[in-house]
Amino acid sequence: MKPFATLLERLAFTPARNAKLRLLRHYLDSTPDPDRGYALAALTGDLKLRSVTPSLLRGLVAERVDAQLFTLSYDFVGDLAETIALIWDSEADEDIPLHQAVDLLQSTGKSGLPAAITALLDRLGASQRLAFLKLATGNMRVGLSARMARMALADMGGPPVAEIEEIWHGLTPPYQPLFDWIAGGARPENAAKAPFRPVMLSTPTDLDQLRALDPTEHIAEWKWDGIRVLAINDGGIRRLYSRTGEDISTAFPDLIEALNFDGTVDGELLVRRGAEIASFNDLQQRLNRKTVSRAMLASHPAGLRVYDLMIWQGRDLRDLPLSARRALLDAADFGSDRIDASPVLDFTTWDDLAALRASPPNPVIEGVMIKRRDSAYVAGRPRGPWFKWKRDPMVVDAVLLYAQRGHGKRSGFYSDFTFGLWDGADLVTVGKAYFGFTDEELRQLDRFVRQNTTDRFGPVRAVKPELVLEVAFEGLNASSRHKSGVAMRFPRISRIRWDKPAAEADRLETLKAMIG
Amino acid sequence: MRADQILHPTPQGLYCPPGDFHIDPTRPVARALITHGHADHARAGHGSVLATQQTLDIMAIRYGEDFAGQVQPADGPIRIGDVTVSFHPAGHILGSAQIAVTPDHGPKIVVSGDYSRTPSPTCAPFEPVPCDVFVTEATFGLPVFKHPDPAVEMARLLASMTEFPERPHLIGAYSLGKAQRVIALARAAGIDAPIAIHGAMQRLCDYHIEQGIDLGPLIPATADQVPAQLVIAPQSAFSTAWVQRFRDPVIGFASGWMAVRARARQNGVELPLVISDHVDWPQVTQTIRDLFPAEVWITHGTEDGLLRWCELNGFPARPLRLVGYEDEPE
Repeated sequence: MKPFATLLERLAFTPARNAKLRLLRHYLDSTPDPDRGYALAALTGDLKLRSVTPSLLRGLVAERVDAQLFTLSYDFVGDLAETIALIWDSEADEDIPLHQAVDLLQSTGKSGLPAAITALLDRLGASQRLAFLKLATGNMRVGLSARMARMALADMGGPPVAEIEEIWHGLTPPYQPLFDWIAGGARPENAAKAPFRPVMLSTPTDLDQLRALDPTEHIAEWKWDGIRVLAINDGGIRRLYSRTGEDISTAFPDLIEALNFDGTVDGELLVRRGAEIASFNDLQQRLNRKTVSRAMLASHPAGLRVYDLMIWQGRDLRDLPLSARRALLDAADFGSDRIDASPVLDFTTWDDLAALRASPPNPVIEGVMIKRRDSAYVAGRPRGPWFKWKRDPMVVDAVLLYAQRGHGKRSGFYSDFTFGLWDGADLVTVGKAYFGFTDEELRQLDRFVRQNTTDRFGPVRAVKPELVLEVAFEGLNASSRHKSGVAMRFPRISRIRWDKPAAEADRLETLKAMIG
Repeated sequence: MRADQILHPTPQGLYCPPGDFHIDPTRPVARALITHGHADHARAGHGSVLATQQTLDIMAIRYGEDFAGQVQPADGPIRIGDVTVSFHPAGHILGSAQIAVTPDHGPKIVVSGDYSRTPSPTCAPFEPVPCDVFVTEATFGLPVFKHPDPAVEMARLLASMTEFPERPHLIGAYSLGKAQRVIALARAAGIDAPIAIHGAMQRLCDYHIEQGIDLGPLIPATADQVPAQLVIAPQSAFSTAWVQRFRDPVIGFASGWMAVRARARQNGVELPLVISDHVDWPQVTQTIRDLFPAEVWITHGTEDGLLRWCELNGFPARPLRLVGYEDEPE
């Protein structure tokens, strides 16, 4: 468990995604089975263990440490598992294999658990104690998504990430067949029904680039502003996956119930009330919920607009050209009024399409998709067959208020910018952006921050409210969590307005009026 | 004479009436006895200063040759007024000393200053001095503080340098003592390549080398391109534009506080290294057991924890609540 403890610690302190990936890949490369599989499952939240409550842990430590000393220590450290790991008085530092700790937490009965945990803690050093307690309380918090875990697996030199995603949901910890496959063995048979299939993604384009292409070789459709999903009914087993392979079925029981077809389809998850497609803001109310109330199901019903058929009535269509898949899609019966096909747009020239894009019939449309008629459905983001031509972003002129130092490649640079708009005579913060500028602009912004600092809060500096930033964003949601009452989607700094006086920056009312 | 007639806290610091001197005064006084060269203990502007030769040298480097009216190097027992004082190694940084105050009649008091019992290549080890009253720091006066073996922390640094060979590793360390301890530990761990040091620690590193401490090849970290994977700098440098010359650095910090994750996070540290020049909890409690003083006085730090331990273990103890000392100068 020493390597696992080291990995957890490094992941917890390493902010950069690529560095996290490297740490995880090195761990997976150098750790034997079954420990690496259990570690992977623990990190991605796929390891089912008997959960150990904080009160149980408090009871254990109360038998060992003076109550007053413990309270003083806990106040200082601020985290229960960490306090116990540090304060536990044991000189031992054995290297216990991770699978032994997992076994203890899976197979020990409730009554034997306190004694078993005490005995194990007595054998471990401080960093392993912390790793074990985090495992036991199910609280890793190292900022590693399941998607990143699969990318680290792909980095091991075996099958690419798309192939790993395809079999992922049929696997269980400690994933021995998966590691055998990566090492050159046989591909594991996916025994599970309704597996995830990697989706096909597009690359951005614009009118100039499109002019080089033949419009007759392409079809176009609306790009809906919902969530790209995979909806499956495989012999009665129904699943809804996000495009990164997370199973989100439980959050959408209404849509699951409506999947009355036989196949795997690619589409956009939307909230729809009859014929009306609701805004992304409405859809957001349905996200990240473990349970959905009946009232929510009635007020925010989920629906699906289908873009493509991957598997339909027992046939894998992915190798067929899009035109053939589209013919089957147009003829398909989805067995529910919550589900329909995304319509194909009627255009002859790219200028026709530009006109359609400029005035979409529905505010929930965020641009157009352009796809080659002869394109097979392939995993990942191949350059060429599919393009997205998004609507122009909204922009607002805001005033820079705070800047925070960055990490990694931006170490030493103030690179995260919080900006505000006028509300009466005051500036209220409306968002934060940390990209959109060039390296040279970053140097200029950094210099401005250092020369105009008015206050410091750790890594954050308040600056004189003098610099206007043009902020571009993709949409706006009403938000009770932000003081301004709005939250921007995908904000970035599109221009630095060195020329514009702060007094001429936009007002909060202007922004609020943009809420779609 | 009672102990508190020999030594008691004043707004200037610990004062000894029978000798008419202060120990580590935080404001200018007529006569100062100084345990070590860290800025919160050793200040400029006293009438006269008695300290180890190395502490006097360090003060001259930091404040200039005229940092005090008069200086006297401590060497053997010295009579001052009605008491005898002597200096004994504290194991904290180069030149650091405990100060023993022995009256003709009455309890002997040892002021430990800051001290450590972890062996360091940069200074003489702590010498236990039997006494009636032991005046201790409590920087890490809670049972959660058990500093790991510095070699283990160095192994973590080496592992990161191997895992990320293309990234410079910038380790924050206080310019006096910690920086040289980290460099010496890195040498002991087998790092032979040149180590780059920030300009603020150049003279203090030079002084350590003059004193016979082997720091290996050092280069200045001032050029646009610094040809070293390991760079030592005061942590304050990380918020300046100086750090922008390094491409995608791993920011580390060598401090006893790094044992607590929240502290490391607040500092934006990617590689926390638990390397301290203070006693940890097992060391401070063991020292009190070893010396078995009639009374323990606690100068600064997280004294509530140590007070509670003294109560549980039958040592009469009281906090001096001296102001002006930092937790751990970093």
